[in-house]
Amino acid sequence: MNSNTPKHGYFPRELEDEAIYIMREVAAQFEKPALLFSGGKDSITLVRLAQKAFYPGKIPFPLVHVDTGHNFPETIEFRDWLAKETGAELIVRYVQDSINQGKAKEETGKYASRNVLQTVTLLDAIEEFKFDACIGGARRDEEKARAKERIFSVRDDFGQWDAKRQRPELFDMLNGRIAIGENVRVFPISNWTELDVWNYIKEEKMAIPSIYYSHKRQVIERDGMLWADSEHLNKDADEIPFEATVRFRTVGDMTCTAAVASEAVELDDIIGEILSAEISERGARIDDKRSEAAMEKRKQQGYF
Amino acid sequence: MDILRIATAGSVDDGKSTLIGRLLYETKSITKDKIEALESASKRKGLDFLDLSLLTDGLIAEREQGITIDVANIYFSTPQRKYIIADTPGHFEYTRNMVTGASNTKVSMILIDARNGVLEQTFRHFFIASMLRIPKVIVCVNKMDLVGYSEERFNAIKSDIQAIADKVSFDGQEVTFIPMSSLYGQNLSIKSTEMPWFGGNSLLEELEQFDSQFEIVNLKPARFPVQFVVRPKTEEFHDYRGYAGKIASGTFSVGEEITVLPTGQSSKIATIEKFGTQLQTAGAKESVVITLETDVDVSRGNMLVKANNQPNQLKEITARICWMDSQALVSGRTYILQHGINDSKAKIISLNSKIDVVNQETIESGISELKLNEIGEITLKTAKPIFADKYEDNPANGAFILVDDQTNSTVGVGFVL
Repeated sequence: MNSNTPKHGYFPRELEDEAIYIMREVAAQFEKPALLFSGGKDSITLVRLAQKAFYPGKIPFPLVHVDTGHNFPETIEFRDWLAKETGAELIVRYVQDSINQGKAKEETGKYASRNVLQTVTLLDAIEEFKFDACIGGARRDEEKARAKERIFSVRDDFGQWDAKRQRPELFDMLNGRIAIGENVRVFPISNWTELDVWNYIKEEKMAIPSIYYSHKRQVIERDGMLWADSEHLNKDADEIPFEATVRFRTVGDMTCTAAVASEAVELDDIIGEILSAEISERGARIDDKRSEAAMEKRKQQGYF
Repeated sequence: MDILRIATAGSVDDGKSTLIGRLLYETKSITKDKIEALESASKRKGLDFLDLSLLTDGLIAEREQGITIDVANIYFSTPQRKYIIADTPGHFEYTRNMVTGASNTKVSMILIDARNGVLEQTFRHFFIASMLRIPKVIVCVNKMDLVGYSEERFNAIKSDIQAIADKVSFDGQEVTFIPMSSLYGQNLSIKSTEMPWFGGNSLLEELEQFDSQFEIVNLKPARFPVQFVVRPKTEEFHDYRGYAGKIASGTFSVGEEITVLPTGQSSKIATIEKFGTQLQTAGAKESVVITLETDVDVSRGNMLVKANNQPNQLKEITARICWMDSQALVSGRTYILQHGINDSKAKIISLNSKIDVVNQETIESGISELKLNEIGEITLKTAKPIFADKYEDNPANGAFILVDDQTNSTVGVGFVL
């Protein structure tokens, strides 16, 4: 993005119309859709869009959260508040349960996270509730494997994504026809960029979890990034926590999301930061750095 | 702020990925960490320059083989507008991907390697851009550095391509030529220093100045496909019945008389709403909820139109079709036809002709099937009426897809003739 661009407050409304259209197609084409809610800004945006799509009716599908146990407490608090505020049904399933059942194995070492493990819990939840469509907040600008993802992305029995078997999507016609056992991942904000999301949050005056704004927090420095200190983070002896003024640009687990030094206390500050940022959003996602094809491999296995 | 959607197409190795990578780079749309990732990936491949094609070739197989497999969507912005590039591969499953990528777009960017000039694919590019009625074609004559930035070479290619354009373009389609070197950033975002003989715009200038003519779709006949019936059944909204949908074309205003298709019942628009906000008028591409003054029977798949301007209610459709499945289209087979959000069973009653795109010939005899990536003309009949306009008259309401009822795959796209 051009850093001297006065783009504050510019949100292309066409993106909202398109996303609402997609939400309504999900409700019409599927029997048991769900909205996968992570507590991050993208899924909060989805909830807003779902509210708008069916107003004055209620959101006709539940919000489903896979709780890794490593979430920021602020995220959980916000999730519960939002479900209450919108009157949407909230379903929570826990990675800890998958671990206890022996279906998932805790990672070890200092980079241990539960990010990969949540796929197991998600697939179990899809099976338990027989969800045939799961709405997610992934955007094509995030990562290059995502750039080739469809809006309706068909997954097989095992939740797997096959890039070569994707259906062509022509004009705005969405084909959600599936066989029993298959399900569809739906990405209504596919065409939004990070900046579009922030401009939308601003224009809509939406509430977001406090950790997106600048705050003081105990962190450690590792690999040139600031990691939030918590009981879940495996630290080396020489990694001594210190206090820093930071915010989170993207919110995943405490063990796989890096903080950025920031004084941004208002949405305008955040937007200004993004416009001048040298690091992409997923650059703060430690999980993506594992290998060049990290995202594609996880998606093949049923990751979001 | 508007959105300009662009389709790019090219043959293998004409430098399309490099062009897009360079465009992102010059508009500061890629960040430092992505450039660093590129540097290390380029080094691993043994290259001593920044391989910008690695930016868009995202899948493992693509990087291994150095090719682009699927349509990738790439985003960048300028102070003026947001751009979405649908980048389509230039080799296998070519037509299928290009048609997919180019649907919805207003600009088609066609890449030509200045050393090779016109290729068989060039015909295909132009034909598809015309079939989809894309209003603007930009021909990027790339790799000019490899022909010594020769004006003569550029003019020769230009006249070859102009000859093709003259044959296949439709009235009103604009074709622009730009000599370029994407590797050296010549005529990408700023005017070339190496080609002072070229008086035209750089690529980005051309895109910025393009009038996306968004309002044109508002001048088309009003079409509102009903997606979803909103019935809250709460105390506050006890008798509320709203019809949710995205206006395909034209405009609707409160108080206007409408007709419901297929029932033919009439009513008047009571309200047009967006999340509780009352609008007086709404236009094409807007997602709204419409309520009517009287109780009429409306359900998903129906269409609200103006009483004085109705589309045909078709049960027999002749259409141009582009086939997208490895299993060929054959006459007599039944598919699901999806037109917007409406669908019906459809049976192919005849396969009328096949188009030889490269030689621009229509083959009318001895056609038994339409294979993957082939384009032809068919006649089909539907179980339920379809409320379509001719694609040529109103593209937003004139296309449909065919779905295989056994595999559920989208197997073809049709344009109503």
